[in-house]
Amino acid sequence: MKFETPAGINPIDQLRVIGKPTDRIEGPLKTTGTAKYAYEHNDEVSNPAYGYVVGAAIAKGRIKTIDQTKAKVAPGVLAIVTAASVGALQQGKFYVDRLLAGPEIDHYHQAVAVVVAETFEQARAAASLLKISYTKTKGVYDLAAAKDSAPISRQGQSGPLRQTNVGDFDGAFASAPVKLDETYTTPDQTHAMMEPHATIAHWDGDMLTCWCCIQQLNWGARDVATILGIPQENIRLIATFIGGGFGGKGTALSDIIAASLAAQAAGRPVKLALPRPLMMNNTIHRPATIQRIRIGATPDGTITAIGHESWSGNLPGGGVESATASTRLLYAGANRFTQLRLAVLDLAEGSAMRAPGEATGMMALEIAMDELAEKLNIDPVALRIKNDTQEDPEKPGRKFSSRKLVECLQTGAGQFGWNKRQAKPGTVREGQWLIGMGVASAIRGAPIMKSAARVRLNREGIVTVETDMTDIGTGSYTIIEQTAAEMMGVTMDKVVVKLGDSSFPTSPGSAGQWGAASATSGVYAACVKLRDAVANSLGVRVEEAEFVGGQVRGGNRSYPLGDAAKATELVAQDEMTYGTLSREYAQDAFGAHFVEVGVNSYTGEIRVRRMLAVCHAGRILNPKAARSQIIGAMTMGVGAALMEELVVDKQVGFFVNHDLAGYEVPVHADIPHQEVVLLEDLDPTMSPMKAKGIGELGIVGVAAAVANAVYNATGIRVREYPITLDKLIDKLSINA
Amino acid sequence: MKTFTYERASIPAEATAAAARTPGAKFLAGGTNLLDLMKLEIEAPQHIIDIGKIGLNKIESTPAGGLHIGALVTNTDLAAHPIVRRDYGLLARALLAGASGQLRNKATTAGNLLQRTRCPYFYDTNQLCNKRVPGSGCAAIAGFSRQLGIIGTSTSCIATYPGDMAVAMRALDATVETVKANGAKRTLSLDQLYRLPGQTPHLETTLEKNELITSIVLPPPVGGVHIYHKVRDRSSYAFALVSVGAILKKDGTGRVAVGGIAPRPWRIESAEPLLPSGAKAFTAQLLKGARPTKENEFKLALVERTLTAVLNEAKH
Repeated sequence: MKFETPAGINPIDQLRVIGKPTDRIEGPLKTTGTAKYAYEHNDEVSNPAYGYVVGAAIAKGRIKTIDQTKAKVAPGVLAIVTAASVGALQQGKFYVDRLLAGPEIDHYHQAVAVVVAETFEQARAAASLLKISYTKTKGVYDLAAAKDSAPISRQGQSGPLRQTNVGDFDGAFASAPVKLDETYTTPDQTHAMMEPHATIAHWDGDMLTCWCCIQQLNWGARDVATILGIPQENIRLIATFIGGGFGGKGTALSDIIAASLAAQAAGRPVKLALPRPLMMNNTIHRPATIQRIRIGATPDGTITAIGHESWSGNLPGGGVESATASTRLLYAGANRFTQLRLAVLDLAEGSAMRAPGEATGMMALEIAMDELAEKLNIDPVALRIKNDTQEDPEKPGRKFSSRKLVECLQTGAGQFGWNKRQAKPGTVREGQWLIGMGVASAIRGAPIMKSAARVRLNREGIVTVETDMTDIGTGSYTIIEQTAAEMMGVTMDKVVVKLGDSSFPTSPGSAGQWGAASATSGVYAACVKLRDAVANSLGVRVEEAEFVGGQVRGGNRSYPLGDAAKATELVAQDEMTYGTLSREYAQDAFGAHFVEVGVNSYTGEIRVRRMLAVCHAGRILNPKAARSQIIGAMTMGVGAALMEELVVDKQVGFFVNHDLAGYEVPVHADIPHQEVVLLEDLDPTMSPMKAKGIGELGIVGVAAAVANAVYNATGIRVREYPITLDKLIDKLSINA
Repeated sequence: MKTFTYERASIPAEATAAAARTPGAKFLAGGTNLLDLMKLEIEAPQHIIDIGKIGLNKIESTPAGGLHIGALVTNTDLAAHPIVRRDYGLLARALLAGASGQLRNKATTAGNLLQRTRCPYFYDTNQLCNKRVPGSGCAAIAGFSRQLGIIGTSTSCIATYPGDMAVAMRALDATVETVKANGAKRTLSLDQLYRLPGQTPHLETTLEKNELITSIVLPPPVGGVHIYHKVRDRSSYAFALVSVGAILKKDGTGRVAVGGIAPRPWRIESAEPLLPSGAKAFTAQLLKGARPTKENEFKLALVERTLTAVLNEAKH
């Protein structure tokens, strides 16, 4: 099915199942510990061995020798895999990191060997017996130092433009009556998902099956095939459940390559998980940025010039953190300029983490807007409303498909009690605590991707859905079940959803905030075909057939749905593809974040007191699942604001705090009170589901809202994330 | 993890005897620190002596009016004990400021005293660390040192003692009772127990290898207001940037120990007469000779400011 014109009324609009706050259907499996994650598929393979990845001990240089003498004869050791033993591996099509390095080392903890043994403990013990000697070479680890020589990043085939110019930014900024010109920094961040990267690899002749935790199985199979140099059709990836990803498990990383090579070498299935302390430097992360923002405005708050430059670093050939993406779309202004520059750094690969580019860029832009509001003596909410636009500011005439940013801001301001905010910072005090409020807008692109599904109907009236879509804790299982139930006129208990198997029809997986809208649209397309098949089988005219209450009605007759499959199971498969609506319309999700913080006037400790997000993202398929996504993302935004930082040791060249004791993320005590309002919205330009993604929207802007609240509380403006107490206490007056 | 042998002792004498005869032996109590370190091969004992069943898990009043705490009393039980809560509030508060409920259920009193530093370079076996590999160098001093020590440190090591409980114990003048394989018993103050790093940061305590902590003794309660103020980047489950444990009297006198800044709970008794003069004068004396790095010099101000908050709180 090709979606080319805005959707009209369709079966989803019945809202018998869609739109309900249904509990997660896999919830009981997870709360009872019976949902099987990659490393836990013990019944599917027999007699597995265990693999242990050895990470490079240096940041840059070359392996001189790997002395395996002791490791080879250690108890239980079955095989030792190195780049030398397996020959050159190809590079995947998304990550540029070499997943088994040698002799050249590109970054700290890059995989240099895999030790395979009978038990995990034996593999780990033998790994420490490998004697690897290196020749170190000088690396570049300091983004600030590399910044000035960083070129404009090369323009990729996809992704945002590296440089944009609209009107005359320089002239308009120079002549603007009110100007803001500030530089902000965001640190490297890690996903810190619960489940580590893990794989069980099993070869049967030339056929490779991997139980893994890859978010986009189609990319995973493609990249494993490319890296190992085997046909993609010989690979089956299974990821029934994924214990969080946040973009950190997009496609093949070292675990799946190491496990596959190890299983080949050992002639046995191999289980392998990356130890937590290896994950931060071995895999990918959200790269640090330095961002300069310039905004010119007239005294009434009208933005006349807006410029945003961002610098980030990556391994050679790696992507740029597209921190300017939101600035191109969020606010009006006739004269505009953005630029992305990219330095080469010898740190682990920078790549996608929840709302890549947008979360990062909005950490800066939305502080800048707060600073501008103060310069203009205009309320920060009012300034944002003043500069709203209903069309793409770079392409006048190109409308937003739906954009309720103003309503988000207004609704939030009302509900949060924004009118109680004191414009003069540092003036509200409760005992030891200085209290402040902050606001930020949220915008996140709402891409939609082609997605396929297969649906089966049996004589009992059970509908089975199969697609390689993954559920990374987001609720994919549930919303897909809701979609199929709505389409086929049955209750959810009559639908079985099977996900996370690359042998199923291809979805775009969980990434880019496109999973929910895309995968359910694919299921919609397949269900339309199945409805046709059902009608045909029952001798009902398709256009008359109604699917309600487990029955098919038409021609004054009513049949149990299962009757259509009496003779033989009905199977329908289709793929939803898209025309040009995404070029005709700017399709984005919007929101507004409101945060109240307390700052201890003695110690500078910052504690969030309450948060509110108002979001609109097309049709909300399941308000409970959507709310869970938003509150999780808000929590992650608090982490970005106040504590998350992969600290670069610029001498050794690595992320020092590479475990969950050193890399702090919020705990329950940090998140006392969150509210989420989901505005009613339908976006018929997206797909027949009229839905947009919401999983990443919730993090965008949060950190800036926290930063702005800290400023409102204290009068201290911190432009370097995370905002920790050591950046406040010098300027914080105890006797204020 | 290196292969090791294991035995379970049933009485303290059995444990010390086993330690005396077995090279490379370690006592295992709650295991919340040792087992993690073994997985990372930072600790690689050849033999484990499990002391979980040797008793030593009682809390009893002493004839002098103090409290005798068995080495194996868990953090949870100690924090919840009615006498501790009534008379040694500082200790209960410090315990509850540390770790998580699950860890406190396993962690023991003596084990907590002996927990090792959380310096990230100590934890990464590829990095230079004089504590882990004597004489290898220290990557932390010129590296990421925000969390690390500002006083009592040396040119070899700037690691901190990370815990909370010991800070309270130090302010309470707790003493440690030990026994050796030959039956000899000793009593040590915490300053006698903990060594400063000097050029031998791998030697953290004065305990001998067959010496077992059997109990911790608290002197009779001293009254006053008990406050434990732990400052950290998140609200819970994090090590202190700075923590202040204080017992303060109405007349402004009192005692103060500070955590998160030194290789052991930091208390300078000779500075305490300055407490009535306020945080500034006292802190200047307490931190005299401090040698912070650029990254952690904020702790100087943070100690003073946290103490100011504590002194203020004590007045109200």
